Amino acid sequence: MEAIEVTGLRKTYGGRDAVAGIDLVVARGEIFALLGPNGAGKTTTVEILEGHRRRSAGDVRVLGEDPGRAGSAWRARIGIVLQDADDAADLTVHEMVRHIAGFYPDPRTSDEVIELVGLGAKRNAKIRTLSGGQRRRVDVALGIVGRPELLFLDEPTTGFDPEARRRFWDLIRTLAGDGTTILLTTHYLDEAEALADRLAVMAGGGIVAEGTPATLGGRGAGQARVSWMDGGTARTEQVSDPSDLIRGLVASGADLSTLTITRPTLEDTYLNLIGAQR
Amino acid sequence: MSTLAMSASRGWIEILMFLRDRTAVIFTFFFPALLLLLFGTIFGSESTGSGVAVSRVFTASMIAYGILNTAFVTMGAGLAMDREDGTLKRLRGTPMPATAYLIGKALLVLALSVAEAAVLILLGVLVFDMPLPADAAHWLTFGWIFLLAVIACSMLGVAVSGLVKNARNAGAILNVPVVALQFVSGVFIHPMSQLPDWLENVASLFPVRWMAQGFRYVFLPDEAQAGEIGGTWQLGTVAMALGVWCVIGLVLCLVTFRWSGRDK
Repeated sequence: MEAIEVTGLRKTYGGRDAVAGIDLVVARGEIFALLGPNGAGKTTTVEILEGHRRRSAGDVRVLGEDPGRAGSAWRARIGIVLQDADDAADLTVHEMVRHIAGFYPDPRTSDEVIELVGLGAKRNAKIRTLSGGQRRRVDVALGIVGRPELLFLDEPTTGFDPEARRRFWDLIRTLAGDGTTILLTTHYLDEAEALADRLAVMAGGGIVAEGTPATLGGRGAGQARVSWMDGGTARTEQVSDPSDLIRGLVASGADLSTLTITRPTLEDTYLNLIGAQR
Repeated sequence: MSTLAMSASRGWIEILMFLRDRTAVIFTFFFPALLLLLFGTIFGSESTGSGVAVSRVFTASMIAYGILNTAFVTMGAGLAMDREDGTLKRLRGTPMPATAYLIGKALLVLALSVAEAAVLILLGVLVFDMPLPADAAHWLTFGWIFLLAVIACSMLGVAVSGLVKNARNAGAILNVPVVALQFVSGVFIHPMSQLPDWLENVASLFPVRWMAQGFRYVFLPDEAQAGEIGGTWQLGTVAMALGVWCVIGLVLCLVTFRWSGRDK
């Protein structure tokens, strides 16, 4: 059984499609990233999968159940990391984590989770006093305290400093290594590239491309760009396979110390994909 | 954890968060006590037509104001805030049932209301020499009026919270009906017969008048009922008015309650 199966999902607001009939499959144990600009329909999609929002049409199965009808036993198996929560400001990190842990049948201990997200030193600090990045780590702690089979992360690293992001990525890999399925939305392409097994790009309410970070949008078969200096003038050629070109250059005795070969980055591919949609 | 245990856990965390919010503690809790001290001291030496010290009348009536604060305002502002800061969204994503959240809020309101009534009664006894009722019948009456008042005010608070667009303004918005009703319902201005007839009639549609009148029955001697409209305590009408408001509150709750501030 897949973790998430979506067919023809549609969400309409006042006659306009926020999500315009998408299909999506996320396998068990996979890290799946949903990319896309603001207003692409990512958050709406994720909130429907979480059971926070009703859908207008389509078939949705999350851990084998319809999130629109699923009860508390189902919610015990998912974890949600909120994007912009501001709650429990007057509680300490430990108090809040322990409180939420109490709602799950087989939770991690508060101290274990606080260590996992790297907030050990802030265990007894009021949540109000934390920095933005630390606050988000509390959200992560609350999302994973129930040992979810499936974890939803909606733009989790917004406001993190680079070091905190790296540590967060390690945490996600650890969770995935333990078999947790992860659905991630993000603005950061390096984050998707570093973490995701597979990803999909949303734009204008639809999925415009789907693949692995290496193959997305024909990136694997993309044109290589070869540049070198030829007697003082810069030369550039676009080829799908640079082998013959390089052999020719070697034979011609060109100055290869200036040779560069570049392929489109994930960011180039992504910008192309969402640009084509506009 | 059972639903009961989750409700208790919510109740405890609600009380903990309330006590750590100093502004809420002062405004909800000590403001009625401060007003009682002021009113009681300023007008305390006067007595009503039936010879009861005005400070005692204020003490009894002010319990109604206290309950409006601890039930109506706490519930209304608290729920608006929980919608806005993500509390409700977070809880909705856990296995905790909605009933546990609502019971938790009810426990907070009940604890605050009991404490508020205790503070006001204690002030009345210590500062204004108000004698406590000696017989069980008066305390029993206090019990049912108190419970009906807390239930009705809490549910109306839940219902009104849906109208609040921005949680930061909730306290101010909710206090408009609260303060206005104090003036027309015999809490700040007693006896009510000083009001124009039409205003008396309008005030009688709302629960505050009946709460205050009921508490005056409990804490004032029987001859003080001459100061009430119609010259009697009208306990039957008090029960009916508060009961009807409980039902109206429940219906409004069921119709207007939503987990989120946004349209889904």
